[in-house]
Amino acid sequence: MEKFTVLEGIAAPIMRINIDTDVIIPSREMKRVSKEGLSDGMFSNWRYTEPGGREENPDFILNQEPYRQASILLSSDNFGCGSSREHAVWAMAEWGIRAIITPGFGNIFYGNCVRNGILPVILDNKIVEKLAKQVESDPDNNLIKVNLKNCSVTGPDGNKYSFKIAPADQEMLLEGLDGIAITMRQDHEIMAFQERDKLKRPWIYI
Amino acid sequence: MPQTIIEKIWDDHQITDLGDGTSLIYIDRIFLHERTGSVALKGLEASNRDVRDPEQAFCTMDHIVDTTPGRDDNTRMPGGTAFIQTTRKAALAAGINLFDLGDQRQGIAHVISPEQGIALPGVTLVCPDSHTGTLGGLGALAWGIGSTEAEHALATKTLVIKKPKTMRVTFNGELSTGVTAKDMILTLIGRHTAAGGIGYAIEFAGNAISKLSIEARLTLCNMTIEFGAWSGLVAPDEKTFEYVRGRPFAPAEDQWDQAVTYWQSLQTDPEASFDKEITIDCSEIVPQVSWGTSPMHEIGIDRHIPNPADEPNENIRTSMERALDYMGLEPGTPMDGVPIDAAFIGSCTNSRVSDLRAAAEILKGRKIADGVKAICVPGSGLVKKAAEEEGIDKIFTDAGFEWRESGCSMCFYAGGESFGLEERVISSTNRNFENRQGPRTRTHLASPTTVAASAIKGHITDVRNINISKTDQD
Ligand code: SF4
Repeated sequence: MEKFTVLEGIAAPIMRINIDTDVIIPSREMKRVSKEGLSDGMFSNWRYTEPGGREENPDFILNQEPYRQASILLSSDNFGCGSSREHAVWAMAEWGIRAIITPGFGNIFYGNCVRNGILPVILDNKIVEKLAKQVESDPDNNLIKVNLKNCSVTGPDGNKYSFKIAPADQEMLLEGLDGIAITMRQDHEIMAFQERDKLKRPWIYI
Repeated sequence: MPQTIIEKIWDDHQITDLGDGTSLIYIDRIFLHERTGSVALKGLEASNRDVRDPEQAFCTMDHIVDTTPGRDDNTRMPGGTAFIQTTRKAALAAGINLFDLGDQRQGIAHVISPEQGIALPGVTLVCPDSHTGTLGGLGALAWGIGSTEAEHALATKTLVIKKPKTMRVTFNGELSTGVTAKDMILTLIGRHTAAGGIGYAIEFAGNAISKLSIEARLTLCNMTIEFGAWSGLVAPDEKTFEYVRGRPFAPAEDQWDQAVTYWQSLQTDPEASFDKEITIDCSEIVPQVSWGTSPMHEIGIDRHIPNPADEPNENIRTSMERALDYMGLEPGTPMDGVPIDAAFIGSCTNSRVSDLRAAAEILKGRKIADGVKAICVPGSGLVKKAAEEEGIDKIFTDAGFEWRESGCSMCFYAGGESFGLEERVISSTNRNFENRQGPRTRTHLASPTTVAASAIKGHITDVRNINISKTDQD
């Protein structure tokens, strides 16, 4: 997994609440048993003129310059709610998104981001809206900087906002680590737990 | 210290406290399906890792398989056959329990998991599927995960999780005739928004919950994800024990008493406190229907479609305007009377025998309106069989419904079957998102009885005006 430390980039504001994973990648775009080749299907219902088609809808922000180069998304509350499909995150990562800033995320989506090198940042709605307005006025130059080492977001005006992230999530992203390998360091504890638990709840161990 | 049921289950599964509210949690049961489980199994294979305890992992075929009679591995979904066959191969190679096509036990993961005794009170159960919280109806702590987390759970039998905040939602009072668990959960989401539960694990409590049947509790918990919650459950009681006893993967008779004693301890202590409390008076609930493209866009059947202009919050107002445009509806239109093109009864929300039985009571001796396409998809092969033994299939088909093989079917669209452009569907499912049931298809969520009643009338209707004598409470 690609490490995440500091990122400065173009941010695309899609300021709608409850953007669900069916919108991020419709089910019909998940054509193969694979984590790859999904970016074409990202936001396809909004990005193309026809369902299932590939003719670009010029009104959709990610079809416009310079947002085609965006590495950061700004959005509203409950981003990534709905279906658990990790394909939504795989598609966004492949397309080039590295950080998403919103007032809140769907739980499963949040975890999927962390496991795929995308940093989910939670900031107050007012701050996200302010950032969105600043970006829109000159997206090429009004870049946003996200620093995972000190957990801060710097707006185009130089204002700095701090955010919170669980230490385990931060470590995984900073180091680009594989979660299974980290957990297997505790194999001994897992086995000891199972031995104790077998006495308490034997019916679990079928 | 007094504890909530959520904290008790959490403590009993905590292997290590990793600090800052995060723990390594033991996972008792893992369920997979061919849509997202296939990628997880393939990922494990690719990294040369084994499934740690394959006997405690389960897999079904529900999302992609066709539901037309006489189906096989071929599906209308583009690339679908590869998902089915890859999953089968990987599941067999890993040695996990597989409910394959042709097996009568096959069905929607969250329907067969209680049916087989896989979901039990007090277990942690995960599945790469957002509606896993359904199993909270039995008192399980169950939640949806992504495919990478599923790999982690399969390989280590654990997950690293941040402890959720706790919320108690208390439903008091009597449900009126014609009002179901579906209407209860829609009411909660309508009042407290689709983001109201973010970060919380919920205990549903109150005398109205105690009175719900187990299947109704499963319906209620099914939509906690639509409330934004991490998970939701109902504390196990005598009804739960009776439901679980004797099921194939439930505790054997010689372990039964020990299990029940343990389960009885899984009650919130009287002095325990929750981070948030919500109370709802059931006597205020009428049959609910959604009008927009989020489950929070819902109203009582006796109300009018709301006007975005009355909404002070700009974000919510814009989403309402967009929803009305997508749904082709005008503010102020009475909900009762909106004409429909199709009716769907199925999905992990409402496809169990009690759902089909309740809908059949409405349909009995009646015909659906001309021009309405109506489909019923039982949640599992065993639900289908049980319904057929009661003659329910006959009532459905006589009324003009199609009667299908089990699976997710048209609950979601993946390039296969759909209801069609701008067709209006009344549906017993859980998501009314844009394009969920097909490109530009318009979904109205409701209970199975409201769906059945509307199918007969040809428009969205108040089920209380059709004869009905039963509620979800017994
Ligand atoms: S029935 Fe619908 S909501 Fe339930 S698991 Fe299947 S696709 Fe998901």
